[in-house]
Amino acid sequence: MEPDKRALDFEKPLQELELQLNSMIQKSEESNIDLSEEIGSIERKIESTKKTIYSKLTPWQKVQLSRHPNRPYSLDYVERLFTDFQELHGDRVFGDDAAIVGGPALFEGHPIMVIGQQKGRDTKENLMRNFGCPHPEGYRKALRLMKMAEKFSMPIITLVDTPGAYPGIGAEERHVAEAIAVNLREMSTLQTPILTVVIGEGGSGGALGIAVADRVLILQNAYYSVISPEGCAAILWKDRSHAPEAAGALCLGASDLIELGVVDEIVPEPVGGAHRDVEASADNLRKSLISNLKKLRESSFSELIEERYAKFRAMGVVAE
Amino acid sequence: MAIFGKPKYSTVNVKKRDIPEGLWTKCPKSGEMVYNKELEKNLMVVPASEYHFPLSAPLRVQSLLDSGTFEEEDQSLTSRDPLNFTGVSSYQSKLRENKVKSGLEDAVISGTGQMNGREVSLAVMDFRFLGASMGSVVGEKITRAIERGVERNAPVVVVSASGGARMYEGILSLMQMAKTSAALARLSEAKLPYFSVLTNPTMAGVMASFASLGDVILAEPGALIGFAGPRVIKETTQRELPEGFQTSEFLLSRGLVDQIVSRFELRDRLITLFDLMLPQTKAKPKKKAKAKSKSKPKSKLADK
Repeated sequence: MEPDKRALDFEKPLQELELQLNSMIQKSEESNIDLSEEIGSIERKIESTKKTIYSKLTPWQKVQLSRHPNRPYSLDYVERLFTDFQELHGDRVFGDDAAIVGGPALFEGHPIMVIGQQKGRDTKENLMRNFGCPHPEGYRKALRLMKMAEKFSMPIITLVDTPGAYPGIGAEERHVAEAIAVNLREMSTLQTPILTVVIGEGGSGGALGIAVADRVLILQNAYYSVISPEGCAAILWKDRSHAPEAAGALCLGASDLIELGVVDEIVPEPVGGAHRDVEASADNLRKSLISNLKKLRESSFSELIEERYAKFRAMGVVAE
Repeated sequence: MAIFGKPKYSTVNVKKRDIPEGLWTKCPKSGEMVYNKELEKNLMVVPASEYHFPLSAPLRVQSLLDSGTFEEEDQSLTSRDPLNFTGVSSYQSKLRENKVKSGLEDAVISGTGQMNGREVSLAVMDFRFLGASMGSVVGEKITRAIERGVERNAPVVVVSASGGARMYEGILSLMQMAKTSAALARLSEAKLPYFSVLTNPTMAGVMASFASLGDVILAEPGALIGFAGPRVIKETTQRELPEGFQTSEFLLSRGLVDQIVSRFELRDRLITLFDLMLPQTKAKPKKKAKAKSKSKPKSKLADK
């Protein structure tokens, strides 16, 4: 087995042990020698190494996990959680943005509207997906689909995974700021339940543009921040290499976000991160979606909108 | 955090640090040297080139409202340090520094006042305070100004200038975008008009929330307006930016801005728009409050 070149630095000790384990198993099978003792010892070592690495991840390491090249993206979850997904394209104005995908689907037998920011797995795919950085068309498509969901009383599930809206010439010419702003305003009064899950990167306004929800969930190793740690470091430290410190200062991890009242629930990830067991990650997400949707369905639309307003209205800390 | 505090009325109180240091200032447009006193008399607009320097929030308030009608609200709101943010310098020290530098408690002044006898709810951002970045206080004051419009059945005017969301308050700053935008949805449901005035510069999180949502969006000439900063765009795309990219004029031609309005015409333009949009509640101009509706207001502005 070849070592995975996409492994992060802090994952390498674990990766090494796993390679050892594999070759040991292979050897025992090929030569018919009983190596169960050695194998058991490596397995124990793997468990203890996992514990030491993952029980004390720094905020920066979590950011790295949230960007892991093997991390499940929106469509990986769509494939596992929903059936009959029908992707609908385009903003009916200018074009289709592949950095945001969306359409109706069935979840546990009920129609929902799913909208997610989508990264690419390799260079070719990333060029198409623009590395998950949406253009204005993406936000306008998302709003079009959300209005459709409202019309047909479908709950909306949005999956956030973007470094941020794209800083480009076309994006400015077609007013990405306005597209995001309109989504914020319109989402606040949509007459249908809205559930947002930050599955990877929650990059600033580009993330918020599809995240004004009744309930906001976040995966254990995802982040949600006003600015990327690199951007913050470039401004405050005048040096992007201070990103790890900036990540700490910004309080962008899941448990900090719960404390700040911005996020409602943490969806657990398998030890080592969502990419180490995509099926288990999807199962955890399924459970959270079911329980949260059930709760939201108990409220009338007008109650939902009142509560949604109150939720965001209360955010912030001021002295008076 | 109390949502509705007791209103405390007062006039604007600022230290006189609105004017660039020194006696003369160079016009970035024409290169000519302008006497500071003359700039000040002219609402910080260079007379010959009409270059608009930033105007402090207190002077802006005075330039827009009928004289003596401003009742400031929420001036006791100050920022806390919810993240206990420490970078190169702490947020607390930045706040202290900026309070001294600007004479303001935070980056926005808000309240009610009259324009040609009609009550309006007004909020004005001041770039001198931490680049008028939006943290909890800015978001809260803007939101209250919008809600005040609904309560008093009055149009809302927000004059923006901002570098974007305030990093020092992290995600809470980002959430102010949602909060202010949601408040505007309610203003809209109440069928009250909202006028967004964009001044140099209005960027990022502020532009991606309330500043973009005006029923009417007016911009001062030559202002930098956009989402991402020009340097970031240049670095990301590795392309030369088009001439005049992200200026008011660029955004007028690309269809975002309704009108470009010079600082001297702003008050009159707003009054005309109020009357067009709310004719049934057309204000009866008070005889007394007919102060400075014509262009080129004379000094008397910073005479505290």
